[in-house]
Amino acid sequence: MLDDFLFRALLGGVMVALVAGPLGCFVVWRRMAYFGDTMAHSALLGVSLGLLLSIQPVIGVALVVVIAAFALFWLERFRWLASDTALGMLAHGSLAVGLVVASTVPGLRIDLMSYLFGDILAIGRQDLIWIAAGVAITMLALGLIWRDLLAATVQADLAKAEGVPVGRVRLIFALLVALLIAAAMKIVGILLVTALLIIPAAAARRVSGSPEVMALVAALLGAISVGGGLGLSLWIDSPSGPSIVLAAIILFVLVLAGTGLVAGGTDRRR
Amino acid sequence: MGAAAVIGGQENHGGDRRLLARAQALEVQFGGRAVLSGVDMDIAAGEIVTIIGPNGSGKTTLVKALLGLISVTQGSARLMPGTRIGYVPQRFGVDAVLPLRVDRLMTLTAPASASAIGAALERVGVAHLRRADVASLSGGETQRVLLARALLRQPDLLVLDEPVQGVDFAGEAALYALIGELRDEMGLGVLMVSHDLHVVMAATDQVLCLNGHICCAGVPSDVSRHPEFLRLFGRQAAATLAVYRHEHDHDHDLHGHVVADEADGDHAPDPHGHGHHAHHSHSGHE
Repeated sequence: MLDDFLFRALLGGVMVALVAGPLGCFVVWRRMAYFGDTMAHSALLGVSLGLLLSIQPVIGVALVVVIAAFALFWLERFRWLASDTALGMLAHGSLAVGLVVASTVPGLRIDLMSYLFGDILAIGRQDLIWIAAGVAITMLALGLIWRDLLAATVQADLAKAEGVPVGRVRLIFALLVALLIAAAMKIVGILLVTALLIIPAAAARRVSGSPEVMALVAALLGAISVGGGLGLSLWIDSPSGPSIVLAAIILFVLVLAGTGLVAGGTDRRR
Repeated sequence: MGAAAVIGGQENHGGDRRLLARAQALEVQFGGRAVLSGVDMDIAAGEIVTIIGPNGSGKTTLVKALLGLISVTQGSARLMPGTRIGYVPQRFGVDAVLPLRVDRLMTLTAPASASAIGAALERVGVAHLRRADVASLSGGETQRVLLARALLRQPDLLVLDEPVQGVDFAGEAALYALIGELRDEMGLGVLMVSHDLHVVMAATDQVLCLNGHICCAGVPSDVSRHPEFLRLFGRQAAATLAVYRHEHDHDHDLHGHVVADEADGDHAPDPHGHGHHAHHSHSGHE
């Protein structure tokens, strides 16, 4: 079965979506969508460096994204620099450097589209192993820090006063997002990774009464998006990455329409 | 709770009470500017300490220093070993993007049995809110739920940062009455920040007036028998509220620095200009 490229694509995509859902919930709750986007943009530099140094691109990506995460933590200390400005600078700066470095790597130019927008149908056996390892580590670690991270998200001071190592769990969370981005790059590409994190989570919010339920629903909706997008891509021969994101958006609209009829779309109160 | 109630109730005003938290010559700076300096304070089991002071006077900073949430520049602020705290922070709002019900909020940092959660909510009178969305609670409901959360941890010291904010007057009196009961039942120490410069919880054992340093300290005067006060607040409220009379021996300039008081030793009714509407004497200390 693993010989079938479609099955490999589906397996890899679903694995990533299952962990992107819960992780994406925290991205949504902590209002870090742009943070995830920035880390994803820096991934291209990782790909370029990986190829330049002839190491696995995935390793290059994981390294650069982790460095980007640390750089963001460091930049946050400068009060004179607005955090969204820092994010924008890092996002576009690292993307630019990544593109420049990529232009020096022979043959990478041809491949650029697959890195920017994903190439899920090209997932090989080795990719699957990398994805499985990344997803397993992320899932396990997220499970371990779940309570602490949620407490730190609800009220950091309260969590800290009650013994939660707030700084540490925040850092671990940033590293997990970095790891997921490295794993998800093959699926939807650098420019669309954040969509896989936030759209299923946003849709899940409409039908969830607790953080844990929202995480499970987001995982489920993400997996459905991968399947649906893959089907759409085969059906109308569209690029797979954008098709998956489109499927997620369609799911979001469907959830909105479904719940809107019951609950009304007016409950914007806090 | 039963056993603790007896012990706490009896020992409330007894002699040697267990020290729960202590600040010594505490100084905290933000960006090179001292927000707090030379602050000494103790709080013991069964004792209610209320911190008052104008905006920006360092009330929340003092609380956060004691809880270890911010770093201390000089001196020390610490909880005594073994002191379990129940903390109600100043600002608490759960964003609507996060679905969180009251029962889940109760187990935010530590698991608890369903019966313990029920008992804690019952104790503060909000058992009916157990399945409610935290984002939909009113100010008073939120404060009670947070109080229940704090109690669930079986604390020795309750730290309440402006517990009556967003609560109407009747609610304020009821909340103070509840806090007083909890102290009596469980022998808790209570450290409370008040949003009001003059009206504090009647059961307060000690008031600390803060403005970068401790301006004055004392006990609130019992005014519940004064007819005017009764008329103003109503009998119920007056029983739980008290007025604190500031006895300052110095003044502050516009930057909050202490200036020599010319009328030294002359305790005019209101040497500090704190009396009624004159908070502006501290307003430079933001």
